[in-house]
Amino acid sequence: MVDTPAADEAAPEPADPEPAPPALRHGVPVAEAPGTAVLHPTREQLAEVVEALYADGYLMCIDVTVVDYLTFGRRTAAEGDILSTERTLPGGLAPERFEVVYHFLRHADHDRVRLRVQVPESDPTVVSLFDRYPGTEAMEREAFDMFGVRFDGHPDLTRILMPEDWVGHPLRKDYASGRIPVQFKASADER
Amino acid sequence: MSTTQHDSEQVHDAEAAAAIGAVSTSEGRQELLGADVTAAAERLRELGAVLRVSEAEAMLLGEGADPNDETMIINMGPQHPSTHGVLRLMMELRGETVVRTKPIVGYLHTGMEWTGEELTYIQGATNVTRMDYAAPLFNELAFSMSVEQLLGIEVPPRAVWIRMLMSELNRMSSHLLFLATNGMDIGAVSMMLYGWREREEVLRFFEMVTGLRMNHNYIRPGGVAADLPDGWRSAVLRLLEMIPPRLDEYDTLLTGQPIWRERLQGVGTITTEECIALGVTGPILRSTGFAADLRRDEPYLAYDQVDFDIVVGTYGDCFDRYAIRLNEVRESMRIVAQILEQMPKGDYRIQDKKVTPPPRARIDESMEALIHHFKIFTEGFKVPEGESYVPIESPRGELGCYIVSDGSSKPYRMHVRGPSFVNLQCLPHMMHNALIADSVAIISSVDPIMGEVDR
Repeated sequence: MVDTPAADEAAPEPADPEPAPPALRHGVPVAEAPGTAVLHPTREQLAEVVEALYADGYLMCIDVTVVDYLTFGRRTAAEGDILSTERTLPGGLAPERFEVVYHFLRHADHDRVRLRVQVPESDPTVVSLFDRYPGTEAMEREAFDMFGVRFDGHPDLTRILMPEDWVGHPLRKDYASGRIPVQFKASADER
Repeated sequence: MSTTQHDSEQVHDAEAAAAIGAVSTSEGRQELLGADVTAAAERLRELGAVLRVSEAEAMLLGEGADPNDETMIINMGPQHPSTHGVLRLMMELRGETVVRTKPIVGYLHTGMEWTGEELTYIQGATNVTRMDYAAPLFNELAFSMSVEQLLGIEVPPRAVWIRMLMSELNRMSSHLLFLATNGMDIGAVSMMLYGWREREEVLRFFEMVTGLRMNHNYIRPGGVAADLPDGWRSAVLRLLEMIPPRLDEYDTLLTGQPIWRERLQGVGTITTEECIALGVTGPILRSTGFAADLRRDEPYLAYDQVDFDIVVGTYGDCFDRYAIRLNEVRESMRIVAQILEQMPKGDYRIQDKKVTPPPRARIDESMEALIHHFKIFTEGFKVPEGESYVPIESPRGELGCYIVSDGSSKPYRMHVRGPSFVNLQCLPHMMHNALIADSVAIISSVDPIMGEVDR
């Protein structure tokens, strides 16, 4: 049911013919988590699902964030403890490197929905929800700043936390955090 | 179309900088661009993302604007005394009126989400507690509850009630800090002294319980770090006795005063629709008359077993936000009084050997306990694979902690949804067409904590 995890980069998103076993909501696989339902739309389905959620009364987009799954399960290798590397997603979705995570809230009955969208490394782009949820403005900017995932249609996709001229996206797992040479600008006089 | 304009503008800047051999230190596109290069559509976005102005009005503000109608762009902050830390606002002014505002943040960015991935779950609370430094216990609580959800453990009742006691007291201290700085921003400088004085009393209790006035690392996955000390009950009772008359003093000093009302009433209004569209939570959302409070809506800890009211406003202005926070201190004291009566006996942390280190006394007598202690504090405990998001009601709104675990002893990804970060987005809307003198009152009423905005 699940694709081989090795196909990370080249393989295009497989057009999923909606297998029977997983439960569907708004036409996308849904899983249950404590306190929330988790929907797994593809990038193509995202805009449609978000519109359906809005029509359902989920009027507030609580949070937008990204997870970089590059070293998932392998990270503790240095500690001598290799974990499983296989990620499984409902509905036979192929795991990709980036996952954009949205949280929505419906105030009427305090119901929450989480969206997890797989975004490939080769083309890290998703559609911006700005037009529907103006509150995602800062959050999408932060996600872009930290992970380099581009949000199509965002009116002002610039860095928000890092300086404008910063190179790289610090929360990516392959970003050389802590390995930047420190420049000591000592005074010119000799000691 | 507006993007191309930005780009060409930037290229132009870069060329100009290169021509004079200067190193460009400008942060470029993060800044607010001048009126002459900002297209109508961009104007509409900045002003009317939730339809505050019509398209025609936006057109008028854009290219169609009168060339003699001069606007000026000024910086407020990042080192302005009333911008609460290092918030920088770029404002376009027409005379004394604010036309556009853009909050520019990031000056306090210290990569705490990244640091969180490098620390074990046991060490994690030390990190998150530094985010919202005015309400540190809430950060620890959200983090701990998220970890506990992944572990699938339930903390003992006494730990739950201690957590509740500490968070309500922390809500009080945070709101008292707001009352102090709000007063100072608006010119009631004596209020600053009073607010800090009362907050200090609460912090003294925190010091007695946790050993620290701030950044406690007290609430940890599995419970709390230590049981309440002897005499905690009388210390809390002393607080409950001392603070109410002082709050009444605030009422005398501020609430009824014509100058105070003049400065706040009708200033910085926002509607419920705008708040919801912008993701704004907490006292700002409640000031519009919308009774949203996670303590009642999605009860966590034992909030369903105590009796309290949600304070809401009517007009969504600065005065409502002031009055809400003042009265939430009273509501918190009501909750604290009930906690005093209902505080159960028992363990203050879960007796799960996987999560909890052995008591200090056991280490001296048992080799196994020593090894166990060592392992827990060096390797930490492993948390099953999965994701969890736990929202709680912090003094500023919904504080959520999203943790992805890969089965190791450190979070694979730790993200905190800081309410201040999202709430800042309502500033341009509140400030639109306000006077620059009122902008200080408006910033203050949002009560942003930059540590949480930038993380």
